[in-house]
Amino acid sequence: MSAHGTAPYEAVFVGKRKADLDAILLRYPNKQAALLPALWIVQEVQGWVSEEGMAEVAKCLDLTPAYVKGVVTFYTMYHQHPVGKHFIQVCTTSPCLCAGADKVTEAFLKHTGCNELGVTSPDGKYTVIEVECLGACGFATPVQINADTIENVTADKVPQILAGLK
Amino acid sequence: MGYPHKSHPRETAVLSKHFGDPDARSLDGWKKRGGYRALEQALASQPAQLVDTVKQSGLRGRGGAGFPTGMKWSFMKPGDGKPHYLCCNADESEPGTFKDREIMRWTPHALVEGCAVGAYAIGAETAYIYIRGEFDEPIRRMEAAVAEAYAAGLLGANAMGSGKRVDVHVHKGAGAYICGEETALMNSLEGKRGNPRIKPPFPAVSGLFSQPTTINNVETLAAVPHILNNGAEWYKAMSLSNPKSTGTKLFSVCGNVARPGNYEVVMGFPFKDFLYDLCGGPPAGRKFKAIIPGGSSVPIQTMEEAEATLMDYEGFVAQGTQLGSGGVIIFDDAQSMPRMIARLARFYAHESCAQCTQCREGTAWTTKILERIVDGQGTFEDLDTLLSIAENMTGKTICVLSDSCAAPVVSGLQKFRHEFEALITGKRTSKVAVAGGAAFAGAATP
Amino acid sequence: MTAPAMVNLTIEGRPVSVPAGTSILEAAKAAGVLIPHYCYHPGLPVAGVCRMCLVDVEKAPKLMPSCATTVAEGQVVRVHDDKSLEARKGVLEMLLINHPLDCPICDQSGECELQDYTFQEGRADSRYREPKRFNPVEDFGGDVLYVPNRCILCTRCVRFMDDVQQESALCVAERGDRAVIAKAPDADLTQAWAGNVVDLCPVGALLSKDFLNKARAWELDRAPSICTGCSQGCNVTLETRDNAVVRIKPRGNPDVNAFFICDEGRLNYRWMNRQDRCLAPTAAGTECHWDAAVAAAASALNGKRAHIVANASLGNEAFFLLGVLAKKTGGSVRFTVPQGPEALLPGVEDLALRADRAANAYGAELLGASRADDPYRGLGAGDTLVLVDVDPASVPAGALAAAGRVVYLGTVVAAGVKAAAVLPIANIAEHDGTVTNLRGHVQRYFQARPAPGHARPAWSAVADLLIALKGEANFLTAADAFAAMAKAHAAFAGMTFDQLGTRGAAAAGATAGAGR
Repeated sequence: MSAHGTAPYEAVFVGKRKADLDAILLRYPNKQAALLPALWIVQEVQGWVSEEGMAEVAKCLDLTPAYVKGVVTFYTMYHQHPVGKHFIQVCTTSPCLCAGADKVTEAFLKHTGCNELGVTSPDGKYTVIEVECLGACGFATPVQINADTIENVTADKVPQILAGLK
Repeated sequence: MGYPHKSHPRETAVLSKHFGDPDARSLDGWKKRGGYRALEQALASQPAQLVDTVKQSGLRGRGGAGFPTGMKWSFMKPGDGKPHYLCCNADESEPGTFKDREIMRWTPHALVEGCAVGAYAIGAETAYIYIRGEFDEPIRRMEAAVAEAYAAGLLGANAMGSGKRVDVHVHKGAGAYICGEETALMNSLEGKRGNPRIKPPFPAVSGLFSQPTTINNVETLAAVPHILNNGAEWYKAMSLSNPKSTGTKLFSVCGNVARPGNYEVVMGFPFKDFLYDLCGGPPAGRKFKAIIPGGSSVPIQTMEEAEATLMDYEGFVAQGTQLGSGGVIIFDDAQSMPRMIARLARFYAHESCAQCTQCREGTAWTTKILERIVDGQGTFEDLDTLLSIAENMTGKTICVLSDSCAAPVVSGLQKFRHEFEALITGKRTSKVAVAGGAAFAGAATP
Repeated sequence: MTAPAMVNLTIEGRPVSVPAGTSILEAAKAAGVLIPHYCYHPGLPVAGVCRMCLVDVEKAPKLMPSCATTVAEGQVVRVHDDKSLEARKGVLEMLLINHPLDCPICDQSGECELQDYTFQEGRADSRYREPKRFNPVEDFGGDVLYVPNRCILCTRCVRFMDDVQQESALCVAERGDRAVIAKAPDADLTQAWAGNVVDLCPVGALLSKDFLNKARAWELDRAPSICTGCSQGCNVTLETRDNAVVRIKPRGNPDVNAFFICDEGRLNYRWMNRQDRCLAPTAAGTECHWDAAVAAAASALNGKRAHIVANASLGNEAFFLLGVLAKKTGGSVRFTVPQGPEALLPGVEDLALRADRAANAYGAELLGASRADDPYRGLGAGDTLVLVDVDPASVPAGALAAAGRVVYLGTVVAAGVKAAAVLPIANIAEHDGTVTNLRGHVQRYFQARPAPGHARPAWSAVADLLIALKGEANFLTAADAFAAMAKAHAAFAGMTFDQLGTRGAAAAGATAGAGR
C-alpha cells in the first residue's frame, strides 16, 4: 500500500528481533506499552515506518493498524517516508536561532545538494530537516546526524562534518 | 570538574561535581565517589522515613512546577494493594534546558540510584526513566548504567541483597515536547499518543497504567541520594534567600552569552552575579537585552528585572517570571525580539498535541501572524489580535502548552512592543530566514 | 441498591439536585440549561478537548470544563456570564479560522452545531487573515465520507470506534494544526455499527454517502419510528422529503439502543418508497370501493377457517385483531422470521443487530400468533388464506393452489396472486402503531407521511373485516385498538399510547434492560 518501492514487505519481528521484542514486553504490564520500542526496532531495520510496518507491529501487540498510525504520526522521530542515508537534523529553535542556526541549516542544504528542507538529495545520501529544540542549547548549534549529536556546529564546519560521514 | 567549563568558584557543585569526568560514568567509578551508599541505606530503612527526610530537606520539583517532592511522595498510600509506579521525567525538551542531559551523560548512576531510592520510598517495584528520543548519548549511558546495576545485583528481585524488588527500565521517547507534561508522558509510556490527560484524577490516584504513580524530574531524583547521604539539614541549609527554596539548582545557560553551559548554584543566588560573573556576561561588544530565565515557557524579563532577581522559586515570580526548568535563554542587543518570539511560537505550534481547540488552532495562528509581522507585513491590529488570542489560550486548556506559547508573546509585546511596531511601520527590517509553510511541514515530517 | 446521594447546586440561578458523580454539564441539562459543547457526548467517554463547555464555577481559579467536572454540594455555576461567553466566542473563532465556511454546499448545514452555536453567540466577523489549511476529502469506506477541512477534531468518531464499536479503525493522525482523522489503508469503516460516526459528528466532516447531496436538513420532515430491520427495535427518526423517506437517524433510548443504530438498519429504508404499491381495493380482480372489497373478503371468510400468514414486522394492533379474526374463524396466525448474522455493539449492554430480522416476532407471539419455518403448512383445502403484508413473490404456488380462497392485505401489488379480495395497506412509515422488541419492550412508531392511494393501516383493514363478520372492532385510531388489546392481553395490561410516549415501556413479564 505504500507509495514507496515495490519490494514485498519483509517481516521485522522474526528470529532474534522477535526475541528482543519478547524481552521488552517483560518490562511492562501490557503489550501496548511496548509500542514505541517496537516501532523503534522497525525503523532501525527498515529505515522508516511504513504502513506495512505499522500493520506488523499492530499484529504483534494486539492493536489495530489505525491505532498504530495515530501513534506513529504523533511522534516526529518516526519517519513516515524513507529518508537519506544520513538524516541531518539542525536545531533551529530560538536559543539556537539567535546563535546562528539558520546559517548552519543553509550550509547543510547547500553542501548536501538537498537544497530544500525534508527533500532527500538526488544521490539518496542526505536529508536535512529543521528540528525543534534538541535539548543541547548551550552547545549551539547542535546537529543530530542519525544517532549522533554534534555540538557547536557553525556554518564553516559543515563541509568538514559532511566529509567525515561514511 | 565541570562541563563544558571548569566549575566556577562561586558554584556549589553537588549534582554537577563529576560533569566532565568520564571515570564517574562506570559503576566502579561511581561507587568510588560514594555511589549507592544512599540506596543501601534506603533499602534498610522504612519508606516513610525516606519520605520524611525528603520532606524536611525542602526539595522541590526541578522540572518546572516546583512542587515539594516529599509531599508528592506522601500522596502514595502504602498498602493499598495496588502496584505503584515511579516515572522519571527525562523528556527534557523545554527550549533552553539541557541540565538533565548532562546528568545522564556524566553521572548516569546518580539517576539510577535516585530512581531506585524514589521507587522504594513510594512503594513501587518498578521505575521507568522516560528519556526523549533525541537524547541518543544519554539513552546509551543510562542503558549501560542500568545494565551494570542489574549485573551487580543493585537492581532486580533482590536489590542489593535487601530482599526487596526494585526494577528500573529506560524507555525511549520518539520526538514530542509535550511528553514532558507528566500525564502525556504516562500516555506515551503506555504506547499511546502523548496527549495530556484531564486532572483529576491525579497521578497519585490513577497514573501510569491507571495505578498510583509518582513522577519526578531527573534533577530532583538525582538530588535524593545526596540528601540521604548528607542529611536533610545539610540540604535545607543551602539557601541564600528564603526557606521555601532550598538546595542547589542546575541552571542551563544558552543564547548570546560569553560562556554558555550548566551552572549549579545555591537557591537564592543573585541573578546579576550569575549572569556577569559566572556566565561571563554578553559576548564581546554586545549588551544583554532580554532573558527568558526558566525555559521558553515563562515570561520574558528585561535586564532591569533580571538583574534584580534572586534565583529561587519566589525570586523569579517577584520579578514577573518563573524559575521553570532553569533554562536561561539570553538575547543580546543584536537580536530581533519579534523574530525570536515568532520562532518560539512556531515551536509550540509544532508541538501542540492537537487536543484542545485553543492550543491546536491558537499556536498556529499566533505563529502565522508573528511570522507575517517579521516579514514586514504586519499591522497594528495584529498586535491587538495577538493579545486577544493569547488571552483565549491562557488558562483554558487541559495542559499549559497553550499558556506557554502565549507567555512570551504577551511579555514580549509588553516589554518590547517598540520592536514590533518598528517592523510594522517599516523602520527596521528583519527576516525569519526559515519562515513559511514548506519549512514548517519539513520540520514536522521528513 | 441504595440510591446515590443527591448533590444540590445552582446553575444559572436555578437550583438543581442531581446524583453525586454527575457532571456539571449533565446537571445543567437537568436544570434546563444547555451548555454548548462539541466533544462531549453522553454515549462516549469524556475527552474534554473542545473546551467549548467551559463554565464559571464560583471559587474555582479558572473556567472549568463542565463535561469533566463533577458536581459539588453548594456549587454555584454560571454559564452565560461574560467570562464563559468570551471563552466560547474564542473557541468558536478558533474552530472557524481554518473552516472552509462552505455551508451552502455542506450536507450538515441546518443541523450543524458549529453553525448553530456560531449564530447563537459567535463573533460576526473573523480576524483571521492567513491562508487556510487544506486537506483532501477521503472516502472512509462503508457509508462514511470524511471532509477534513470541516473537522473540528472533537474525536467523537475515534472514541466511538475505540470504546463502543471497540475496533479502533479510526485515529487522530499527526498533531498540532496538522491533525486529521485517519484510518489505515485497506481498513474501511465497514464495521456493523460504524455509520454512527456520521451522527456523532457535530459538524459536516463525516457524511453519509447514502444521503450525500440528497436534501437540505430544513427540507426534511421527521417522525419518531422503530427500525423494522431486526428484533432489537432500535428507536429511529424517519426523515422524509416530499413524502419520500430519505434518511433514517437513530433516536436515543436508554432502554433499547442508547444513541445508536446499525448500518443495516440505517440503510434499510428504500423499500418504504417502493413504486409498485398496492393502491386500490379489488374484489375478484376488479377495482372497487373499499367497502365492496371488505364485503368480498368477508364473504370469502364466512364459514371458512382463516389461515393467516402475516409479516412479523406488523404492529401489535394488527396482530391483536388478526388473532381475533383467527379465533372467530377457528383459524390461526402464523409468521416466519427472516434470519441474518448477528452483530453486537460491544460497548452497549444487550444491543445488537439480531439474527431475527423482523421487528415484532415477540409481540406477535404474545398475541397468540405462532412462528413457523413454513407458515403455509397445515393449510387445508377449504381454508381461506389471508396474506397480510407478505411479499407475494414469497408465497409458494402450491399454497395458493391449495387454498380455497385468498384474501390479500398488502402494501405492494399482488402480482401473481389471484385474490378474492385485495385491501391495500400502509407500511410502517404511513401509520401509527406499536411493536414489541425481543426483550418485551413495547414501543410506538408514528406516521411519517400519508399512505398512498386507498391504503389504510393493517389493523384498520382487519377491523373492517371483523365488523363485516359481525364482530366488535369499532376503532377510530390505533390508540383505540391498542386500548382494546391492553384490556384483552395481560402482557399489555394498563398500557396506553400516552404512557408509552416515545420511549416505550416493558410488557408485563418482560426482561427489561436491553440497551442499558
